[in-house]
Amino acid sequence: MAIKEPQLKEVILESGIEVKPIYRPHDIAHIDYERDIGEPGQYPFTRGIHKYMYRYRPWTMRQYAGFGTPYETNQRFHFLIDHGQNALNVAFDLPTQMGLDSDDPLAAGEVGRVGMAVDTLKDMEVAFQDIPIDRISVSLTVNAVTPIILAMYITVAEKQGVPRDRIRGTTQNDILKEYIGRGTWIFPVEPSIRLIGDTLEFCAREVPRYYPVSVCGYHIRESGSTPVQEIAYAYCIAKAYIDEVLDRGLSVDDFAGRISFNFDIFGNLWEQVAKFRAARRLWARIMKEEYGAQQPDTMKMKMIAGGGGSGLTIEEPENNIVRGAYYALIAALSGAQTSALCCYDEAYTIPSAKASLISLRTMQILAEEMGLCDTVDPLAGSYYIEWLTTEMEKRIVAEMRRVDEQWGGIVNAVSQGLVQQEVARQAYEYERKLQSGEIVKVGVNKYRVEGEEAPPEVELHEYRPEAMEEQRQRLEEVKRTRDATEVEAALAEVRDACQSGRNVMPAMLRAVRAYCTLGEITSVMKEVFGTFQEPVRI
Amino acid sequence: MLPILIGEAMTSHRPIRVLIAKPGLDGHDKGAKVVAQALRDAGCEVIYTGLHKTIDEIVQIAIQEDVDVIGLSILSGAHLPLTEQLVERLRERGLSDVIIVVGGNIPHKDRPKLLELGAAAVFPTGSRLEDIVAFISQKGERQ
Repeated sequence: MAIKEPQLKEVILESGIEVKPIYRPHDIAHIDYERDIGEPGQYPFTRGIHKYMYRYRPWTMRQYAGFGTPYETNQRFHFLIDHGQNALNVAFDLPTQMGLDSDDPLAAGEVGRVGMAVDTLKDMEVAFQDIPIDRISVSLTVNAVTPIILAMYITVAEKQGVPRDRIRGTTQNDILKEYIGRGTWIFPVEPSIRLIGDTLEFCAREVPRYYPVSVCGYHIRESGSTPVQEIAYAYCIAKAYIDEVLDRGLSVDDFAGRISFNFDIFGNLWEQVAKFRAARRLWARIMKEEYGAQQPDTMKMKMIAGGGGSGLTIEEPENNIVRGAYYALIAALSGAQTSALCCYDEAYTIPSAKASLISLRTMQILAEEMGLCDTVDPLAGSYYIEWLTTEMEKRIVAEMRRVDEQWGGIVNAVSQGLVQQEVARQAYEYERKLQSGEIVKVGVNKYRVEGEEAPPEVELHEYRPEAMEEQRQRLEEVKRTRDATEVEAALAEVRDACQSGRNVMPAMLRAVRAYCTLGEITSVMKEVFGTFQEPVRI
Repeated sequence: MLPILIGEAMTSHRPIRVLIAKPGLDGHDKGAKVVAQALRDAGCEVIYTGLHKTIDEIVQIAIQEDVDVIGLSILSGAHLPLTEQLVERLRERGLSDVIIVVGGNIPHKDRPKLLELGAAAVFPTGSRLEDIVAFISQKGERQ
């Protein structure tokens, strides 16, 4: 007697891939271990960029932190380091990210709100007081004004006695994604790419252990893209930066290995793991086959994989702690070099100390209690994961081709607002599926108890408005005590470097050392470069 | 860059005109763009300012475009000072009848404060699009 097969619900991933209920050996028969997967630490690095991965060293844990004045931020840094965090990810306030001083009228109400305020080198000196920056790797989340902030960081390191060739860390410094999502752009596209080229070139020559650019699929995904688009657009962007530097006569092996990536985690667990494995393989292939890289390091896709805010909910915020734990698990199963989690309270405001600590503890528990460091790439060889990894890679390649063929390349697509439009359309589509219940969010569109709209009993970070006044006073003090003649001369050199097209970094280093303010330097740059005119398309 | 009109009239009478605005330095525009598309699909005429607008620029656009509703989208935490400024400027320009709604990352405790300042409604992150559309359709109708 024939057994009646049950009617199963169709499963289609966000990337458009249809999932079968069962995978078998023949689904991966076309995959060759040596060619497509490879040993961990060997081309094409599908299994990870190091031979022993977490067995040798667990991933770096790096919660995003910073608020108020540099003094307050310095305290939070020490709090996180005291609790076992081994790296820092610095949040700057919006005026700093937009090149405005704390006393600028446009900065009113925003000073120290979503990150720490930086006006001059003095603030960076305070923020990194007693932080051993030769041992703690520091990530600076800054984009449009990177040359200035990087110059400050290098100068702080030198003042601490750390020579340039021993400075470690990362600046985000990915402007193309800022036009797509996150929005802290200042200058037009072309000079912005040139400035990124300047930092890559300068660091390749002078600060060789530093990662000057972290290309962010993360914010593209957070703005609404699919996981496939996240990787595809990030890779198109990374290639645009590489092409800029190649035009200056450096070889790809001189600098491309110092470009890292920042990717997003939320949504389907298997899809994310396959996304990261596919991304690693594809980047290695692009660097080797398309760019002719010779050094394995150039082919290794190094990433921070972060638990994304888009997966978290304002409803029942404690559930976000559970979501964060699964995101951390995904990062660990995906071979991320660094991980960070959005905290459970971030749908309300920037995280409290308690929320940051829970995120850090989540990762520590995973690494130290659950066996995630025992063996490399534990999902390798799974019929489903290997099949899905290959499917994701194919779709990422197709999306990259679309950017080039339909949109005339990523630089054009961003300048014209085409990527932005596509991502916004995708965001709307996702939101509608969420609101119709097609995509389930527990406690939001399923199992929601109507009428229970009481505010959550979680303690939130409180903004301290006095931070602005304190910051302004310190800025005033710095301006009063600096050498005005050197300030003038240094700003003139910045202008000249921007106009002449030579690398801006030496001029930036002189300017920050003279305690020129971030706003003063940015104003000079705006005068030379102009500002970006946003193509508003929806 | 001029703001652009992104909706078409879908009804015979004057459709509700909504300005979706991003004041200040905050660059998070996903919510603003999602709401703009939902309102457009619901038949509103939607104008989106783009990022980094001052309150004065927003008021200027609101006047030029003769809007019924301004939707402020703020995720940086600066919603109280920015909303207060907008209400003041609109009052100064004799535009107190323009409906203000505020969306973004808004803690519970700030919601009554925003209403007190003069916002007609607050739609924090996670709000239902249908609620936003229903509210604006009802309130935005010219008396």
